[in-house]
Formats: sequence, C-alpha cells, structure tokens
Amino acid sequence: MKKQQLVMGMPSSIEIADRYARTEDINDVFNFFRHIDRKFSTYKSGSEMEKINRGEIKEKDFSPEMKLIMSLCQKTKQETKGYFDIHIGSKIDPSGIVKGYAIKKGADMLQDKGYRNFFVEIGGDIQIHGYSNACTESLLKVGTKWKVGLQNPFNKKEIIKVLYLTDKGIATSGNYIRGKHIYNPIRAKAADEIVSISVVGPDVYEADRFATAAFAMGEKGIEFIATLPGFEAYMVTKDKRAVFTRGFEKYLVN
Amino acid sequence: MRKYLQITIVMSVFFILVILKNSRVDETPQPIIANIQTLPSNQNNLQPNTANSTVSNNPTSSSNNNSPATSNQQPAIYIPSATPQPTVQQNSGQYKNGTYTGSVEDAYYGNVQVQVNISGGRITDVTFLQYPNDNGTSRFINSQAMPYLKDEAIQAQNANVNIVSGASDTSMAFQQSLANALSQAH
Repeated sequence: MKKQQLVMGMPSSIEIADRYARTEDINDVFNFFRHIDRKFSTYKSGSEMEKINRGEIKEKDFSPEMKLIMSLCQKTKQETKGYFDIHIGSKIDPSGIVKGYAIKKGADMLQDKGYRNFFVEIGGDIQIHGYSNACTESLLKVGTKWKVGLQNPFNKKEIIKVLYLTDKGIATSGNYIRGKHIYNPIRAKAADEIVSISVVGPDVYEADRFATAAFAMGEKGIEFIATLPGFEAYMVTKDKRAVFTRGFEKYLVN
Repeated sequence: MRKYLQITIVMSVFFILVILKNSRVDETPQPIIANIQTLPSNQNNLQPNTANSTVSNNPTSSSNNNSPATSNQQPAIYIPSATPQPTVQQNSGQYKNGTYTGSVEDAYYGNVQVQVNISGGRITDVTFLQYPNDNGTSRFINSQAMPYLKDEAIQAQNANVNIVSGASDTSMAFQQSLANALSQAH
C-alpha cells in the first residue's frame, strides 16, 4: 500500500509492503507530519517557531518538543565542527533537523503498530525498513531490498544510481540551482561546486543532519562523512562527476 | 787440473741449479694458467681477484672485449677465487630486479606515487614518493584507510526504483507543489 501527500511544502510518500496494511495507520503518520509542520514551520503564521523568531516566546517557555529539537540542533552543531547551524541572522531555522526527526518518528509509529517492511519519505529523505516484498512474513526470509534511486541533480526525471537498502536511512542535501563555491586543489581549478551529497546512515535522522552539515562543508563534506562509522556518501559536483566513499559500493548490489 | 775440473763441475751444477730454480720460479703459475677459462661475455659482472685478469675482464673496458685482436692477445680469463660469488641472481619471483617508479595517481584527496624495489624477483621495499598530507583532515583520514574515496562520471540509470532520494530545496519543492496543485485545480 502506497500513499502520497504534500507535507511541509514537499511531496511525502509512505509505502507498506506488509500484508493487511491499514490506510488509517498511514494517515496517522501524515497527521503527525502536519502537526510537526504547524509547530516548526518558520513561515506559517501562528507556529511556535514563527512566534519564537518574532520574540513572542522566550526559551524557558518552549514546548517540550521544541526544547528537544533545539537540543538536537545544538548536539549536531557540536558534532559537525559548527557546520550545522540553525541561526540565520537573528532568526533560527531548525528545519535541517526537523524533517529527519519527523520521518524517523513517523517510521517509529509504523513499527510500533507491527509493520516491518515499509519506507517513509519526505522530500527525498527516506527511512527504510525490511524488504519491498514483505519476506519477513515468510519462513524463507529471502527478501528483495528496497530499490532507492539517486536523483540526477541536473535532470530531476533521471536516476544516476540505484541503491539496495534495508533498515537504513538516506538523505540528500543540496542546492540544484546554486551550488557552493569551493576550492578543489586536486583538480587544479580555482573553484568547483558541490551540487548534492547523499548520505546513507543507520537511520534517516542521522543521515539527514550529517548530510546537511556535509553539504555546508563543501568539498570536505564527503571526507567528514568518511570519518563517521556506519555512514557512506555519494557527492555530485558541478562538472557532472561523483565522488563516493568506498563503503558506498556495498549498497549497489542487492 | 782435476781440481779445476771439479770446481767447474760444481760451478756448472750450481749454475744449472740456479737456472733451474729461476726457471721454476717463472714457470710455477703454469699449471694454474692451464686451467684458465674464457668467460662468457654476459658474465662480465663477476670481479676476478687478480690485476692480470681485470684488464680483459673489466666490465667498463668493453672496447677491449669487442676488439678481436685485443681479445686474441688477452683473452678474457677467469681465475677461480677461493670464495666465488654468484654471478647472476636467479629470479625466483615473477618480477625483474630493479627499482621502478609508479605513475602519479589522483586519490581525490591528494596524489599518490610509489617506488618499488625488486630483488630476487620479489618486492623488497615500497616507498611513497608522493603522499597526500596537505592538511590535518587528509592526514587523519589517510591514517584510517587508503584509498577511501572513489570518483566517476555520473550516468543515467534504469529508473525502475521504489523511491527516489534527492535534495529537497524547499523553495523549489514549494514551487513544484504549487504547480502541481494548480494543475489539479484546472
């Protein structure tokens, strides 16, 4: 069963391969996403986030969920040498944490209801569980891993890589319109541009926050990912080449 | 008269002995020289022990060896030494002996170039001529594993997938959503 909706201004999809999947369970997750959007949207009038940025709510009066997100942002900033930063001028934008957090929580909701083979996606960031053919219900347990395509940053209708994933999170950070200007000493260019970086990690929350920070690091981002145990990355540069960690190749076979 | 004869005989015997002794001294090396062998030209890296043979057997005096006249007068000779060294090392491995410098390879985070020494047909030493250590990050990562990054040209694949991962530029996604919503609104 697969359902799609727009959440947080982005397309979102949930597919459950387990038999007897219930539409209500999927809708519960979409409703949770809308709740998150109402609370953390930086532009929706009346959201807690918007009120905080307008100075109407002081830090001591943050909701428990807002305090949690803020602590996660602070933790991530420390773990990424300051590259993950939610401060934009005098305002804060924690959306780099909120999306991964929401997807992970939504996937947890489905797990709590007994589902084992499904994925939850918002805007190209995905939490993967089990297999696409619900093999865990059979005695043989021979599964087909979920096939995840990496979108071509230069042509959104194209796939440039197919990954076979199970029980993993994947997130892609990038800016297809205007890449970051960075210096690349190896290719002897004055400047190069990173168009996108896809990160595979133990779950989508971890993958998303590190993908966001790695993209901000520019060329060094993939080196940062390479130092993280359990994380692999595929980085696309403006010259239509890709640099990837060695361990990334293990996801290219089923 | 008989005394003179005796003296003459004694002196003759003395002189003969002296001559014989001298000739024996001159001819003493003869049996050794009889054992002299002509060296194959490709074994000229073996260093003989005597100055006599060095002239014709010196690897640097190749002009002498190449001249027939000179070779006839002073053939390449080999006097066996007490402790002969092996003339040519046998290649027991699959490589030719020597020192080889590899090409400069782009390891993305820096250039890598190695030099390898082969002895006895086997690798005896590998030296890094170039090694990426421009900054702390590279050095740190290099100490973990090497090489750890690869690169390739991106290439369109079969789009038969369950789901697609891509960057969610919020403003772009917003515009797409809006366009999609508007198309449904027709």
